[in-house]
Amino acid sequence: MASTMEPSTAIEPQMPRLGNSPRQQGKRALWEGGIVRRAVLDSFIKLDPRHMMGNPVMFVVELGSVITTVLLMRGGGQFLFNLQITLWLWFTVLFANFAEAMAEGRGKAQADTLRKARSETVANRITAEGDIEQIPSSKLRAGDVVVVAAGELVPSDGEIIEGVASVDESAITGESAPVIREAGGDRSAVTGGTRVLSDQIRIRVTSNPGETFLDRMIALVEGAERQKTPNEIALNILLAGLTIIFLLAVVTLQPFAIYSGAPQTVFVLVSLLVCLIPTTIGGLLSAIGIAGMDRLIQHNVLAMSGRAVEAAGDIDTLLLDKTGTITLGNRQAAEFIPAPGVSESEMADAAQLSSLADETPEGRSIVVLAKERYGLRGRELSSHQMEFVPFTAQTRMSGVNMNGNQIRKGAVDAITRYLAGNGVQMPAEVQSTVERIARSGGTPLVVSEKQRALGVIYLKDIVKGGMRERFDQLRAIGIKTVMITGDNPLTAAAIAREAGVDDFLAEATPKDKMDLIRREQSQGKLVAMTGDGTNDAPALAQADVGVAMNTGTQAAKEAGNMVDLDSNPTKLIEVVAIGKQLLMTRGSLTTFSIANDVAKYFAIIPAMFAGTFPVLNALNIMHLRTPQSAILSAVIFNAVIIIALIPLALRGVKYRPMSAAALLRRNLWIYGVGGVIVPFIGIKLIDVLISRTGLA
Amino acid sequence: MTANGWFQIAIFLALVLSVTKPMGVFITRVFNRERTFLDPVLRPVERVLYRLTGVDESHEMRWTEYCASMLLFSAVSMLVLYLIERAQVSLPWNPQKFAAVPQALAFNTAASFTTNTNWQNYVGETTMSYLTQMTGLAYHNFVSAAVGIALAIAFIRGIARRQMQTIGNFWVDMVRSCLWVLLPFCIVGALVLVSQGVVQNLKPYDTVKLVEPMQVPHLNPDGKPAIDGSGKPVMDTVTTQTIAEGPVASQEFIKEWGTNGGGFFNANSAHPFENPTPLTNLIELFAIFAISSGLTYTLGRMTGSQRHGWAVWAAMAILFVAGVTVAYWAEARGNSLYPHDVNQQATAMQAGGNMEGKEVRFGVANTALWATVTTDASCGAINGWHDSFTPLGGMVPLVNIMLSEVIFGGVGAGLYGILIYIVLAVFIAGLMVGRTPEYLGKKIEAYDVKMAMLVVLVFPLVILIFAGISTVHGFGAASISNPGPHGLTQILYAFTSQAGNNGSAFAGLNTNTLWYNTAGAITMLVGRFLMIIPMLAIAGHLAQKKYVPPSLGTFPVTTPLFSALLIGVIVIVGALTFFPALSLGPILEHLLMGAGKTF
Repeated sequence: MASTMEPSTAIEPQMPRLGNSPRQQGKRALWEGGIVRRAVLDSFIKLDPRHMMGNPVMFVVELGSVITTVLLMRGGGQFLFNLQITLWLWFTVLFANFAEAMAEGRGKAQADTLRKARSETVANRITAEGDIEQIPSSKLRAGDVVVVAAGELVPSDGEIIEGVASVDESAITGESAPVIREAGGDRSAVTGGTRVLSDQIRIRVTSNPGETFLDRMIALVEGAERQKTPNEIALNILLAGLTIIFLLAVVTLQPFAIYSGAPQTVFVLVSLLVCLIPTTIGGLLSAIGIAGMDRLIQHNVLAMSGRAVEAAGDIDTLLLDKTGTITLGNRQAAEFIPAPGVSESEMADAAQLSSLADETPEGRSIVVLAKERYGLRGRELSSHQMEFVPFTAQTRMSGVNMNGNQIRKGAVDAITRYLAGNGVQMPAEVQSTVERIARSGGTPLVVSEKQRALGVIYLKDIVKGGMRERFDQLRAIGIKTVMITGDNPLTAAAIAREAGVDDFLAEATPKDKMDLIRREQSQGKLVAMTGDGTNDAPALAQADVGVAMNTGTQAAKEAGNMVDLDSNPTKLIEVVAIGKQLLMTRGSLTTFSIANDVAKYFAIIPAMFAGTFPVLNALNIMHLRTPQSAILSAVIFNAVIIIALIPLALRGVKYRPMSAAALLRRNLWIYGVGGVIVPFIGIKLIDVLISRTGLA
Repeated sequence: MTANGWFQIAIFLALVLSVTKPMGVFITRVFNRERTFLDPVLRPVERVLYRLTGVDESHEMRWTEYCASMLLFSAVSMLVLYLIERAQVSLPWNPQKFAAVPQALAFNTAASFTTNTNWQNYVGETTMSYLTQMTGLAYHNFVSAAVGIALAIAFIRGIARRQMQTIGNFWVDMVRSCLWVLLPFCIVGALVLVSQGVVQNLKPYDTVKLVEPMQVPHLNPDGKPAIDGSGKPVMDTVTTQTIAEGPVASQEFIKEWGTNGGGFFNANSAHPFENPTPLTNLIELFAIFAISSGLTYTLGRMTGSQRHGWAVWAAMAILFVAGVTVAYWAEARGNSLYPHDVNQQATAMQAGGNMEGKEVRFGVANTALWATVTTDASCGAINGWHDSFTPLGGMVPLVNIMLSEVIFGGVGAGLYGILIYIVLAVFIAGLMVGRTPEYLGKKIEAYDVKMAMLVVLVFPLVILIFAGISTVHGFGAASISNPGPHGLTQILYAFTSQAGNNGSAFAGLNTNTLWYNTAGAITMLVGRFLMIIPMLAIAGHLAQKKYVPPSLGTFPVTTPLFSALLIGVIVIVGALTFFPALSLGPILEHLLMGAGKTF
């Protein structure tokens, strides 16, 4: 884990943003022309049975379409009716393929853009003899060392081994502000396809051709490596099982019908079957999965597997680093508390002087506070005989020597030692102020002259706006938040209270963090965390969802199962929501699909048998005009509903943070009860339409 | 419908509710091997049994071993019953000198009693010797019920255990089911029934003189009425009546307590020697639900979520009330085709409504209640002819069985049956709240869904395929007594009842044929064991899983919402599967009856 006190050298951690990443701003409209055209073509290509076999429900529909087509060509029977049924059965398959192609479309378009960044460049490789040779970037292997100068593209993924540079990573992250990359530490990784803007760096290549981050990213957004996720597999089994049940119900209906003296044509039986099997969810299932991944990409998060996205929805415990995630990156001076007998302005003056040369954010915030609260303007440093004393690990103080006065600023123990060295004791009042500040979560810095303690600077962690509300939301959906910090328990507790997290881990070492994850997991909980440093890597790998920051080290990025291109640790919360939304969309559409069957039975069963048994018209509660129009209406509704639900499948059902019980009640009303009612209306409308136009 | 009728139904439900907790606690203690008041007597017996059979009672089994033991046990006991039936002629306690049971019938009966179905293609008092009844049939009434209870307990252990490979010891669970849960109650129950007039003896049948001689048609050896030269039927004068007796009471109580349903007599609990008084009627009804209702409490107790147990109970109770309401309403309405001068009103002097095929001792309310209870549970004992119910009234028992008999259900079988539906309900609910579905802390994964779907598939597979074959082939359709939709209902009912291991007959269908004996036996065996194997697989798989503590993000399985969802899944799966068949059977018959046509 990167030290929580260390100021970030990369992009400043951003405030929580709800989907306003650069890529999101350029969000494509759902029905963009190019994507639709490509999807229409793909719908036909996907008719290949080898592709259809992966989806048992739609495969059955395709088989049914083939059977009716063959029978149609043999002729006989009610040709117009049979023709229409056959056509709509094919449309059902095509619509499902279209949904999948639409979901893939956005990723494919994105992949095309990324491919441009991967274009061939020339790499300056350093040979064993130390010379520089120019080779195509595609010839680079892991372990090669290359030199990249300002204005050049980084030829492949690697670690900087020498130099500092500002790098434009917009090709990957969409973020136009350059970032600093430097050798050593946690900001040493560079990605192939990004551009060095200043300086010159030496890079050790870490990826072989075809395995670079950009390659993986292209494969991911394209969905080329998409594997079915665990819940998707389970749902597929459920759907296949239902399909077999309906196959049995329909196949055995024929002997019952023959017994009853009302045998049915194959067209009618296939229509009934296709209407009953869960084609709505079957047709949209893979589109939902692809769209879920895509939604993450819209948020500039790359998930290395669909499994990780699903796991995100199951998270029980969220580990959040305090600095940068819960609080702003740095502490800020909030108050000057003078010692007894010292005036506030004297104290403020000394505090400002001691910090004039202190370029740390904390130091700057002291100067700012002195200026804003006490009207002390910055002084010309050279106008006084000032000698600045820098912070050292030995003294653990910094300050200034001026006109014989020695002003020092430091932690209470360091100043106490300093005063004791000059034969003075730290006043008890100052001691108690220090303790009070520490208890309330702040960091006290004591300011002192050579023989007199002047007072205490209250450095405060600033909790980001809106965090408490977000933690409340997480609590409402049953997720525990744990704040991880290097602070002492007292400080940690105070900040935890202020931010509203459920728990905290103070004075955390990477090992503590790892232990915490293991402990939670041993209780059966799923844990998510973010990290960027090399020493975060084991914990990132151990966590069920590990989101590595793109600014982090190569090790961290490889250990995690997601990479956040914006390097915004708060985004974990959105990732969880997207995971939940993915599962909810599947569940809701499954319920909707099955609930639809009620209306379809009431349309088709009376239509099949009312000719022989007119009393069965009592079941025709929709008063559909003719048996033919009833069956056709049900088949058409069944096909059209797939198209109608594509936007929902791609965007996902609305997710609101609420308890599972409330969420289920809501979704059962909308998709369960709604799923029963909607087809009654839809089938009736289609029936009116086709009997008006004389199609059946 | 009368207030009195509703009052009796309410008393019954109140009794079931009141026994749920004590029975559930008792069963929990028995299988957790905690002390019960019966231990001083039964514990020594148990020890002797283990010593004699070499069972190590501390041995724990994986689900595969548990399943193999159960299958082996069932196969051997089925074979023994078959041999007893075939050899009864040369065995003792056969005062009526009944011949060996024919092969197909013996096979069907052996399958029937081994699977806790008690489908009877024979007439008890004219086919089975006392020895066959007692050592063959009654034995199975105990052990097939015990197997059911053992399996339910094994499944509950699967849910309750964490990261364990085993789900108990089949032999120990069997022995404890028999000794603790079945035997003591059956001894007391049988004595109570005897006090009410249920017979219990080993005597040959009595012959008594009729008060008034009767004229009956003379039958030729081919079974058809004889006709004399002038075309008139030949009549015989009958002056005596044979009164069948036997060890009835000892077999009667376990028939209900173990949800077996196979009557000593053909008339089952409509026979005055099996069910003589309104009190015995209530006792027998109560006995059908007692253990199954208690097991819902056991589920809650063993898994540490008592409210979940009650939520399951509530779902069952609501489905029960719905069924009995429809059946009672349909039967009390009477037959719309009777002439207007036929009085079908319920009065102090008559039960009213559709009394065809019903005992006047029980009337409409108690017969409708019985028909509902016996098919909610996989009991199959009857006190009236379901065939004579109105189309909608008769559809209630049929639909009850089609819903897999999970409304309290067979002893054990009802609970493990509904647990399969719970797995499916929880799976869909879990997805809808955006979490990998979990049930009482166990994640429901692809493997569990696969096995649950296999269980659900078994039912439509055997019922629809065999019924489909029977309707279009002469060997099946010839057995139908009424043509048209009623005949379809008869065939559907026969296979549904056997697949569900219920055993009640719709009557009217002659099933003692080679086709129905064989297809029926296969249906019963598949309906029992092909469901049990995947069910145990889920139990074994659940036991191995980690426990996930519930959070606000977990869908709670303790609420009315859960009960409603569970009911929804049960009804929708059943309705979607069988609606097409039902629409050509009872629904069509009902509509045709309204239009004035009968079969």
